[in-house]
Amino acid sequence: MSLRIRVTQRLSLAMLLLLLSLQVHAIDPQQSFSNPADQQRYQVLTSEIRCLVCQNETIADSTALLANDLRREVRRMVEEGMTDAEIKEFLVSRYGDFVLYRPQFKPTTALLWLAPLLLLLIGGSTFAVVLSRRSRLPKDVDAPLMADDQ
Amino acid sequence: MPKGLKFALPALAFIALMGFFFIGLFRDPSYIPSPFVNKQAPEFDLPKLLQENDSLTLVDMRGEYSLVNVWATWCAGCRQEHDTLLRVAADYNMPIYGLNWKDDPAKATLWLEQLGNPYVANGVDEMGTTAIDWGVYGAPETFLLSPEGIVLHKHIGPLNIEIWRNDFLPLLQGQGT
Repeated sequence: MSLRIRVTQRLSLAMLLLLLSLQVHAIDPQQSFSNPADQQRYQVLTSEIRCLVCQNETIADSTALLANDLRREVRRMVEEGMTDAEIKEFLVSRYGDFVLYRPQFKPTTALLWLAPLLLLLIGGSTFAVVLSRRSRLPKDVDAPLMADDQ
Repeated sequence: MPKGLKFALPALAFIALMGFFFIGLFRDPSYIPSPFVNKQAPEFDLPKLLQENDSLTLVDMRGEYSLVNVWATWCAGCRQEHDTLLRVAADYNMPIYGLNWKDDPAKATLWLEQLGNPYVANGVDEMGTTAIDWGVYGAPETFLLSPEGIVLHKHIGPLNIEIWRNDFLPLLQGQGT
């Protein structure tokens, strides 16, 4: 019995390892950077830029021609030593805010960023008002509450 | 809170939400507005198709209204709009400049020989770098430039004569042409 369990365990471990080994990036045929910090920057940047022909993919994941061109441009800019902010500005000035998965905070995107907070505030304050009214009601009976509600 | 408001508020919120959804139904998610509209068109300098030693730049387009059309022989929508381009060039006397995007110049030349050439000149952008500068994400795309080189309008997708009449012509007439 215990032998069977160990065999099963080993088998599942082997299968897990096999699954993990499939996680290879095969889309970007380009060489990696000589500087590991640049490589890291390139990978983070390309996974935050939307491929506009296939809108739910990042340019790191997309095989579209445009994604390929955009990767090449990002690579060039990283190699030229441009900062992340400069590279993002380059793309936003050409393609608009939609090109970034996390658009910059500015007047036109403020509502987008603040909406969750706004909704939480509305919901939270409604909840608070309802609770405080409940607590002011007499504690012992349900009937007055029903009457009040009608 | 007054009694009426207690019911009116959620109802109003619901109607507003439905309003957003309803508008969303008719919006094309593949349409991404260009940040260049009403701004200076990006500079570029590309070798001309058919005349490789010559180059096409924004300066060539100054002084009159013009169209910049992004096309390629691999692009089905470009084939579809080709007759419209020919018509706009002939009937409306509109100078059209082509941006031949990620294409084989030999195929592009053949295309123009076989289908007719609506373009004043074509810039060859084999690498697609000028297209990125112009915020191009899918051919065909057509920009309307003012005589001063300001982008007045951008159309994404194949042109037809209705789109030309409705979206482009009024902009020309509005400027007194």
